[in-house]
Amino acid sequence: MYELLYDIFGSEIIAMIIAACMPLFLFILPFALIAVLLERKVSAHMQDRLGPMRVGYHGILQTIADILKLIQKEDIVADTTDKKLFNMAPVLVFAGSYAVFAAIPFSGAFIGSAADVGIFFIIAVSSIVVAGILMAGWASNNKYSLLGAMRSAAQIISYEIPTALVVLSIVMLTGTLSLNTMSIQQTAYFWNWNLFGGAADGFVQLLLLPFTVVAFVIFYISSLAEVNRTPFDIPEAESELVAGYHTEYSGMKFAMFFLAEYANMFAVSAIAVAIFLGGYQSPLGYLGNTIGVEWLIPYEQLFWFTVKGVGLVLVQIWLRWTLPRLRVDQLMTVCWKYLIPYAFVNLIIIGLISLI
Amino acid sequence: MLTEFGKIFIFILLAVVFVPLIVYVAKFIRPARPTKEKLKIYECGENPEGSPWIKFNIRFYVIALIFLIFDVEVVLLFPWALTYQDFGFYGFMVGIIFLLILGLGMAYEWRKGDLEWERPKPIPPILDDEPPAENEELKEESLTI
Amino acid sequence: MSLYDIIFYLFALLVLVSAFITVTSKNIVHSAFSLMFTLFGVAGIYVLLGADFLGVVQLLVYVGGILILMIFGVMMTNEITNVDIKTGTTQVVPAIIGVGLFAGALTSMMLRTGWNSQPSENMDTTTYAIGKLLLTEYVLIFELLGMLLLVALIGAASVARKEKE
Repeated sequence: MYELLYDIFGSEIIAMIIAACMPLFLFILPFALIAVLLERKVSAHMQDRLGPMRVGYHGILQTIADILKLIQKEDIVADTTDKKLFNMAPVLVFAGSYAVFAAIPFSGAFIGSAADVGIFFIIAVSSIVVAGILMAGWASNNKYSLLGAMRSAAQIISYEIPTALVVLSIVMLTGTLSLNTMSIQQTAYFWNWNLFGGAADGFVQLLLLPFTVVAFVIFYISSLAEVNRTPFDIPEAESELVAGYHTEYSGMKFAMFFLAEYANMFAVSAIAVAIFLGGYQSPLGYLGNTIGVEWLIPYEQLFWFTVKGVGLVLVQIWLRWTLPRLRVDQLMTVCWKYLIPYAFVNLIIIGLISLI
Repeated sequence: MLTEFGKIFIFILLAVVFVPLIVYVAKFIRPARPTKEKLKIYECGENPEGSPWIKFNIRFYVIALIFLIFDVEVVLLFPWALTYQDFGFYGFMVGIIFLLILGLGMAYEWRKGDLEWERPKPIPPILDDEPPAENEELKEESLTI
Repeated sequence: MSLYDIIFYLFALLVLVSAFITVTSKNIVHSAFSLMFTLFGVAGIYVLLGADFLGVVQLLVYVGGILILMIFGVMMTNEITNVDIKTGTTQVVPAIIGVGLFAGALTSMMLRTGWNSQPSENMDTTTYAIGKLLLTEYVLIFELLGMLLLVALIGAASVARKEKE
């Protein structure tokens, strides 16, 4: 992809800047447009309602109308807020969640940065989001915001441990930190995915199978907590904290938080896909190989990646309307007394088996 | 030649430029009509009462402290996880001993109750007027709920 | 001046300016948040020096861990807004002597060291090398670090427990 852009523009930096814009404008913005509508429609149909119906056929233009409205909204910054930090917080939150996309392989031909530390970098850079959330909560000078931010930060850092332990066990299995290499290792058919024990030999794969499934479940639960989705949504529990850390924000700044939230939802799904579900690899072989059209393969890969990622986002939405919210003490119990010990034992077993 | 981290840097830079740019552009479209009421902190329509910048529960601090130690542990384990297979069982044991030492710490915390999140004791409802004696069964039931 | 140099000076500027704000700011929360930019800038400089693993560790442990801990610590302080942080100058003469000596030592060290001025672009990842060293040369230190973390964990928990009672 860079080569192509480099040929067109003749300058590497311009080519890179354009390549860096692509996930934002070609992926996150359209995704957010669709996901917001999807969330409202899915939730509506789960509750036997219709959801938005007025704008366009069955309300498909609803999100566009929402965005037009948000652009025109007044940007209210209350007197008593800490204005410097208040304006900086959305930038930090968005930058933290967008930096994650730099290391996600969208297809064999497009990955923002092929840095070898890949998944380790992702875990590290998402911590900027925590600082941004705390900054937003503090600067708002609002009780709901500060409470929401504190809860959110405590929750995200707690659930980072099981996530990191699970990632560690997959790193032991695959011997690489790069998400791109992980995706390449899971090529061919779906039984080579890390979810089903990776591309090991028959017997070893069978041994690994139960433990990699457990690892996936732990990863998915903690990724839900890291993006503050139900059942882990006490940081923005509407019924007690209004809107959590972005209560005081309005207009485009609020929209940026919203965008970062949806970008995060997709990012964690994309990481789960890249680690466990074969990344951008097709589950059943490529059409391009069958009919002998080489250039089709990267597009097919992008298609499969999107399908898997959006599939996991749909599961997130589905869970939101299925499970009740956890209390704070239950939340911490789930993390420290269940997920971390399980991930711990799982790590040791996976490490032992992959020695064979 | 851009390094791979140079590309990451451009991603971060792009996000840092994008948000203020969008907020700035929207400035030309959106109205700005602040009033005294609008500029108040939102507190369900009431006048804000006191400062939110109060002393917080120490539990948050303890969680962050324990997290930090496990964070450092994970950081040390990542290079090990990448290379332990080259050293066979010896490499595996080195990491496992490291993990077990920390597992010990975790078990200690668990035993001492540092992983519990304190919550207020549930206050049973106080019944003002005693129900009549013939409703003994009903009274029992209402208390066990 | 190459692009590499420009980015280096950008990070250096970020570190210096934010460190200055950290020291001089009257608001303790502003200090804490501007420390974040210092730590981030240091991570960037590590990466520029070819220590990619160390850079990411800096981000994960300092920005993601220690900074959050500090902010939580600040939040635990009673009446944060009323605390008057002293940022004025006191003890000017001893400070000038101390800083002057330290600056002199630093400058003489800078001038005497034979700096390796090879461009460090396109370095290999250091993660494998660190892992190999941890399992061979520094295996004892690796285990001792485990012990150290255990002691820190137990110590942290008991300190927090005492304060609670």
